[in-house]
Amino acid sequence: MTAAAELMDYDEVIERFDPVLGLEVHVELSTSTKMFCGCPVVFGAEPNTQVCPTCLGLPGALPVVNAKGIEAAIRIGLALNCEIAEWCRFARKNYFYPDMPKNFQTSQYDEPIAFNGWLDVELEDGTVVRVDIERAHMEEDTGKSLHVGGSTGRIHGAEHSLLDYNRAGVPLIEIVTKPITGTGARAPEVARAYVTALRDLLRALEVSDVRMDQGSVRCDANVSLMAKDATEFGTRTETKNVNSLRSVERAVRFEMTRQAAVLAEGGTIRLETRHFDESTGSTSSGRPKETSEDYRYFPEPDLVPIAPSREWVEELRKTLPEMPAARRKRIQVEWNLTDLELRDLLNVGAVDVIAATVDAGASPAEARAWWVSHLAQEANTRGVELADLPITPAQVADVIKLVAAGTLTNKLARSVVEGVLAGEGEPVEVVEKRGLKVVSDDSALIVAVDEALAGQPDVLEKIRSGKVAAAGAIVGAVMKATKGQADAKRVRELILERANA
Amino acid sequence: MKRNPPGVRGVPTISRDEVAHLARLARLAVTEQELDKFAGQLDIILQSVAQVTEVAAEDVPPTSHAVPLTNVFRDDVVRPGLTQQQALSGAPAAEDGRFRVPRILGEEQ
Repeated sequence: MTAAAELMDYDEVIERFDPVLGLEVHVELSTSTKMFCGCPVVFGAEPNTQVCPTCLGLPGALPVVNAKGIEAAIRIGLALNCEIAEWCRFARKNYFYPDMPKNFQTSQYDEPIAFNGWLDVELEDGTVVRVDIERAHMEEDTGKSLHVGGSTGRIHGAEHSLLDYNRAGVPLIEIVTKPITGTGARAPEVARAYVTALRDLLRALEVSDVRMDQGSVRCDANVSLMAKDATEFGTRTETKNVNSLRSVERAVRFEMTRQAAVLAEGGTIRLETRHFDESTGSTSSGRPKETSEDYRYFPEPDLVPIAPSREWVEELRKTLPEMPAARRKRIQVEWNLTDLELRDLLNVGAVDVIAATVDAGASPAEARAWWVSHLAQEANTRGVELADLPITPAQVADVIKLVAAGTLTNKLARSVVEGVLAGEGEPVEVVEKRGLKVVSDDSALIVAVDEALAGQPDVLEKIRSGKVAAAGAIVGAVMKATKGQADAKRVRELILERANA
Repeated sequence: MKRNPPGVRGVPTISRDEVAHLARLARLAVTEQELDKFAGQLDIILQSVAQVTEVAAEDVPPTSHAVPLTNVFRDDVVRPGLTQQQALSGAPAAEDGRFRVPRILGEEQ
């Protein structure tokens, strides 16, 4: 390991240079099988149990394209406002590395299935940046290597490596932006916002589970700097496999400050890949980039060309969901939210669960109140996402309906939700099991009210002489007697009735 | 996948250095003598291929597949594959259910 890199102060970087970004995002599709064979693609299976002669590259095995993979690729292309190729081929990308047992990756080269698109990306303050998309092409994922020996589990210093090919052949779409220029100091923020917007889009399309933590979305960040008076892009570096939104932002920022320091010293940037270290937020030198000629791409002879008919493309266009940005705008209007309120909901990941709760029959205000005030706390305590709490939007909607119907008070409702979270069943079952129903039977309440009034004759006198506020003490006594299961408003009405009877 | 235009007859279209580079990429151990030999042979092959392009007119698209088929797809349905034991049976070395390979000197791709 060399000494820590010299970094330039960020403000100075911006004063002297313009950053240029290029982002490559790999998305693992959530098909049932691999791209070129019928092996399953379940995450976390025992090593080398989801393999066959095709994905192991055994002699004589032949690939066949997964129709679902093509369909997903076209839908992604359409959602990114791309043109869809009328005719395109797969290509072999040749390289020797044990993560691909075939010694080549089946990919696409100069004939991507989708090209020339764009995605509008909204920054925190509402600024919209249009990111141009160069291409989206189909390829397959590689196997996973485990490096044994050495201290860090990394490739450096390892004595040997172990390969699991379950992931080899999983369908991937690689989405490549055109150079993103003119973003200045906001380049790291734009990079993060782009990956976020792309992830939301892919989630809405239901083509991937978009779990960055499991590697289903991975970002390679190309960063270069141009001096303020330069007319050509500088040499870029490519930081590989940046695996969280926060890391995307940090990696870009780090490379900007590192490259600026090198350039200011009169040094040159090497065209290379770099590794991002999550713990330090820094990047370290990887391998020099091979030129694309070195991969000796050629048309894949074992797979025939793909020629999506225009009718099919238009059919697929009809399956596109409402785009996330449009949906956010609609929700803001329908739920009557300020920009800040909407951003807060987005930040805690509450929009989808609230929308589902509204769809299940609750009012937006009530749904929001439950998820944001009460359940967000619960999720926080448990250290999980809102959507991963053991309560469904439909169950929350049921609780809200029970309150609206007068079956539950808000206080009892919280207890019901607690029961659902504890795995005691559906809300109505929890109400039954815990005996949480509001005592709505007036005769039972009247008995309790009369008892409480008889127990506090001085308060009774006050009420009779017109000091209605004194009824509060009686309400408390009745609620205590009914273990909180009475509707306080009704109790109050009954107290006034009985006192003056 | 564009190739340089064919050289004038007699001028080699592939250099000895290019052959050495290709050999390195293909992980082939090629001797100095073989480099001369292969450069000459590859040159003949390239020139022969170049003759075909002289015949092919503008309206003939490059052909990568001999069969005029497109869109051959498979349904997204799981098919049985190999067991771990079967998968590893041909491996020179295995460990913990994985293929064991010697130390990797290069970087991840």
